[in-house]
Amino acid sequence: MPLDSATSELVCPAGTPAALRTAVDAGADSIYCGFQNETNARNFPGLNFTPDQLAGSVAYAHSRGAKVLLALNTYPPAGKFALWREAADLGAKLNVDAFIVADIGVAAYIKKNYPDRRLHLSVQAAAASPEAIRYYCETLAVKRVVLPRILTIPEIRQIKREIPCEIETFIFGNHGLMVEGRCSLTNYTTGLSTNMDGVCSPAADVEYRPEADGTLSTRLGAFTIDRFGPDETAGYPTICKGRYIAPGRPEGYYAFEEPVSLNLARLLSDLIGAGVNAFKIEGRQRSRSYVRSVVSAFRTAVDDVRAGREPDIADLLALTEGRKETQGAFETKKWR
Amino acid sequence: MMTSNLPAVAALTLGPIAYHWSAETRRDFYAKIADETPIDTVYLGEVICSKRAPFFANDLPEIAERLIKAGKTVVFSSLAEVMTVRERRITTEMMTLGEAEVEVNNSAGLLAIDGRPHRLGPFMNVYNEETLSVLAGRGAHHVCLPAELPGPAVALMAEAAAALGVGIEVQVFGRAPLATSARCYHARAHGRTKDNCRFVCEEDPDGMPLSTRDGVPFLRVNGVQTQSETYLALIEEIAYLKEIGVSGLRLMPQQVDMVSVAAVFDDLRRGMIESNEAEERLSEICIGTRLSNGFFHGLAGYRRITKAAASFS
Repeated sequence: MPLDSATSELVCPAGTPAALRTAVDAGADSIYCGFQNETNARNFPGLNFTPDQLAGSVAYAHSRGAKVLLALNTYPPAGKFALWREAADLGAKLNVDAFIVADIGVAAYIKKNYPDRRLHLSVQAAAASPEAIRYYCETLAVKRVVLPRILTIPEIRQIKREIPCEIETFIFGNHGLMVEGRCSLTNYTTGLSTNMDGVCSPAADVEYRPEADGTLSTRLGAFTIDRFGPDETAGYPTICKGRYIAPGRPEGYYAFEEPVSLNLARLLSDLIGAGVNAFKIEGRQRSRSYVRSVVSAFRTAVDDVRAGREPDIADLLALTEGRKETQGAFETKKWR
Repeated sequence: MMTSNLPAVAALTLGPIAYHWSAETRRDFYAKIADETPIDTVYLGEVICSKRAPFFANDLPEIAERLIKAGKTVVFSSLAEVMTVRERRITTEMMTLGEAEVEVNNSAGLLAIDGRPHRLGPFMNVYNEETLSVLAGRGAHHVCLPAELPGPAVALMAEAAAALGVGIEVQVFGRAPLATSARCYHARAHGRTKDNCRFVCEEDPDGMPLSTRDGVPFLRVNGVQTQSETYLALIEEIAYLKEIGVSGLRLMPQQVDMVSVAAVFDDLRRGMIESNEAEERLSEICIGTRLSNGFFHGLAGYRRITKAAASFS
């Protein structure tokens, strides 16, 4: 059965203006991005947009029929709210199509001052039930919820029946393990907060330390997140993807999750069937070539599904070739 | 009775038990809390894992009654994670049934509780005055702040809360909650999944230790929750919390002599002892576990900052 575009929007990441143009050219329906500060959850050095860059990028996207979604999806600590307010004002002035928010205070500010702008509820708000989502819809006029990556397809279908807004789900990219917006692991280790500073395992605190026995330790702050033998490829020290020692696991094991990527290419049709309106590709920190290949491949696949054709998923699976991939919680509860 | 006549003294509160303690352990624990501590408010209920709740749900009314008889205020805390049909039902029932006061820990409770006076727990992410003001407008009269909120922000929250007539509570003792997940890491460590966990978390009443591969204690696993290895402990900071008008000091139950812990913080809040004496007593009670206060000072949470190094007050 052919589906219209309103039921399968492709939402793509951009960490730079060049990546944004690339994503638009590769067929993104909308692009999400953020400013160069704590107001978004990918506050990484060398990433994100100045106000001028955002202005130019919005013009480029709009001229080609694409939308720009501004991520203001961190939690302002008391005393710093003005930074988020200014970012919202600027976004409105620069004509972004929607704001992606997590904090109730930020959402309330935008609803009050820019009632004509769409509010999308960020995955950082961790709204995982119809009751939670309805709270945001009914009191803050949220138009779309980005669901946490912890729900199965039957659960998504059930939620869709009970909420008055659109659903966006992640389909590809980093596979987050912790409930988003509820993780202080980085702050505990480095003093920079994921919620308040938009930082996760900051590069400035990372150290790759060769040990006397020939192994390589990957460290974050004062802690060893993993240790790799000469035959292993050292991964980036993200706390929830490290190996640790537990009482029954003296050899060290992935206590939370192995370093895998999420790839839901196989489930595209099922997700649409469950009522998902928009598919999100993770990776604002990724290169232009990555954005180009991932967006193009999913563009084709989504168009196939829209036209009622069986999508050729070989290209999508090839994107994670050589790396471990998972369908996470989406396919089975056993993941939990 | 050890209740206070001085309004300047913040309430001493006991947060919900985060671990899967047996029904018997819980009954004994709360009997001691009722009889032997100056704790003012006790939060009851399962916050971490809905699968554990049936093990002691039947005991809750009796425990609550005992605590109330001893002069404590009793508040029921709701689940931090709400996803399954059962979790949704439990949460909605808590918000709509009964007269007991409720602490909401997931936004799934916010619609149903609207208008009825309630508290907001540390999982509600109330980080700023604007969010506080929105939620106070819907009946929230008391908020426990996120453990990672630094001192200056706590002070601003206390100021804003006072203007709204809202109480502000801060965790001053116990492992810091660092993350929750849909996946159970206790089950995973034992080669199981959440659905067939067989309640292996019961084996670790103070959390399962995770050390780095070079042997440094780092985190604690408590079912779907990840906690700090260190016990968060605000000691020298108590005087400052009092000064800025924080109205609740929260102790989290750990596998240590909590009666003695409560006595230390009671002495501290009343200004009966100096912080170095409190620190000595607390270190002795918590022997083998490091204390931390980094979050409050805007530094890595595991760190312990001494007065000499701190510039918050």
